[in-house]
Amino acid sequence: MNSSDDRKIRALQEQAKQIRRLIVQMLAKAGSGHPGGSLSSADLITALFFGVLRHDPKNPGWPDRDRFHMSKGHCCPLWYAVLAESGYFPKETLLTLRQLGSMLQGHPDRRAPGVEVASGSLGQGLSVALGMSLAAKLDNKEYRVYCLLGDGEIQEGNIWEAAMAASHYKRDNLCAILDYNGFQIDGRIEDVMSLEPLVAKWQAFGWHTIEIDGHDMKQILEAYRQAKTVKGKPSIIIAHTIKGKGVSFMESVVDFHGRTPNTEETKKAIEELG
Amino acid sequence: MAELLYQRDIYGKTLVELGKAQTRIVVLDADLSSSTRTALFAREFPERFFNFGVAEQNMMAASAGLASCGKIVFVSSFAMFVTGRVWNQIRNTVAYNNFNVKIVATHAGITVGPDGASHQALEDITLMRLLPNMNIIVPCDGPQTRDAILTAARTEGPFYIRLGRVKVQTIEEKNMFEFGKAQVLKQGHQVTIIACGIMVAEALVAAKNLINKGISVRLLNMHTIRPLDTEAILDSARNTKGIVVCEEHSVVGGLAQAVDEVVAQNHPVKVLRIGVKHRFGQSGEPQELLKEYNLTSSDIEKAAYSLVS
Repeated sequence: MNSSDDRKIRALQEQAKQIRRLIVQMLAKAGSGHPGGSLSSADLITALFFGVLRHDPKNPGWPDRDRFHMSKGHCCPLWYAVLAESGYFPKETLLTLRQLGSMLQGHPDRRAPGVEVASGSLGQGLSVALGMSLAAKLDNKEYRVYCLLGDGEIQEGNIWEAAMAASHYKRDNLCAILDYNGFQIDGRIEDVMSLEPLVAKWQAFGWHTIEIDGHDMKQILEAYRQAKTVKGKPSIIIAHTIKGKGVSFMESVVDFHGRTPNTEETKKAIEELG
Repeated sequence: MAELLYQRDIYGKTLVELGKAQTRIVVLDADLSSSTRTALFAREFPERFFNFGVAEQNMMAASAGLASCGKIVFVSSFAMFVTGRVWNQIRNTVAYNNFNVKIVATHAGITVGPDGASHQALEDITLMRLLPNMNIIVPCDGPQTRDAILTAARTEGPFYIRLGRVKVQTIEEKNMFEFGKAQVLKQGHQVTIIACGIMVAEALVAAKNLINKGISVRLLNMHTIRPLDTEAILDSARNTKGIVVCEEHSVVGGLAQAVDEVVAQNHPVKVLRIGVKHRFGQSGEPQELLKEYNLTSSDIEKAAYSLVS
């Protein structure tokens, strides 16, 4: 680790704080939505958008751009925040989240610049990313495809169909990111429908697995770097995270999967993220 | 005797033709490529063909990813497995995004035959008709299958094209195919018969018999179910005594109901339905099944006759 890496990490940590503030603010304004999972994957996706992804917010249709797809669409406040911060659309737009006529729908929609494919019905996004990854191969393009998955989401059978096909077709330009925060709407993953042994499952499906602390910026960057070097198989970053990370009273509180903060809570959250 | 062709043979050949002309054409199948005839494309363009194995959900959602990158994606399997089985993938990821995904289903309807109810899709048109953005074509014969496939390839947006398993006779002397416009096969003023798919051939026999009995019959081949040719339906409602709608499909939600909706809201006349009425299918030979489910030319003839007598 040299000093330029240190600077990059510090800058990304600051950026992630800003992203978290935007998430809390837009959800408070919207009055409904999903803070828990947006906050738990904030470090992973901030690192991706501001340190890894090759994209051009002024030219969203650039054919060589890396693709990102958020399969767990309910965490779109995070997607919208990184898109706005990157310059895809004005930040003021974030405060229209979930309003009638807004480009920022309650679940991702192509009306929002930077959103390539709608999502919201869980379990389909890894297949979408696989399709993008196959298109890159057909067009002899170098772009990579990143796909954010939720842990509850991978209980969907469609995910495992995609997992099987991605390794069958040796999609080494495909990198999945699993936000393993351990909670789903009805409670703890291990109580509702346990996923373990999770690393072994992905390995058995032919994937290269990278297990990290999903809030450690250094580990996150290293995971993306490692995934790029893997040949002949897709990679998955299995990131251990904390639901609601960054706001003390939301952390690991299942209620904040799908409840937004009230005025008092918002004030407190923004102070903490200050 | 008119020419007998497998619609799926024509589908496979047309895919090859399209594949030669355009590199954007990509074809997906789920382990049924020899039956759907996408194997013909796979042989010519192996790099642009993807077999997803027995995993239709993945295939359908992946088609959206490919389409988002500019591909024109043909997705095939049996009608049973590429509609209801993957309806949410079609709804949320294909139709909602308005992607260039062309679902070409083979083995639709009761004439799947001996495989029985589990494989006889009688609800697929309904399921597709529910979806905004979705275009629907049910071609009546081999040549029209080519027209439908070429139309889907050059028209933006999602398509559902419904093909059968058995050979169908080519309907001679029909005008050029025009997407969204009914083909008038017989022009008449007493009663109208509207049919799609294999029922067009049955309807033609019925129409000829009625004409021989001195009845003036109008026969429309409603190959495009979305966008529906409401003008042709309304003209029939206004200028004939009633309409018989024929489809190898459930009477709920398919062509008959589409015609009903137009007629009931604009110019109510009697609409009789030749279709499968609240029953699952069963094993049998195609011709036996058409008879068992009252889908023959004589059923159509009787219904049409009842409207004028």
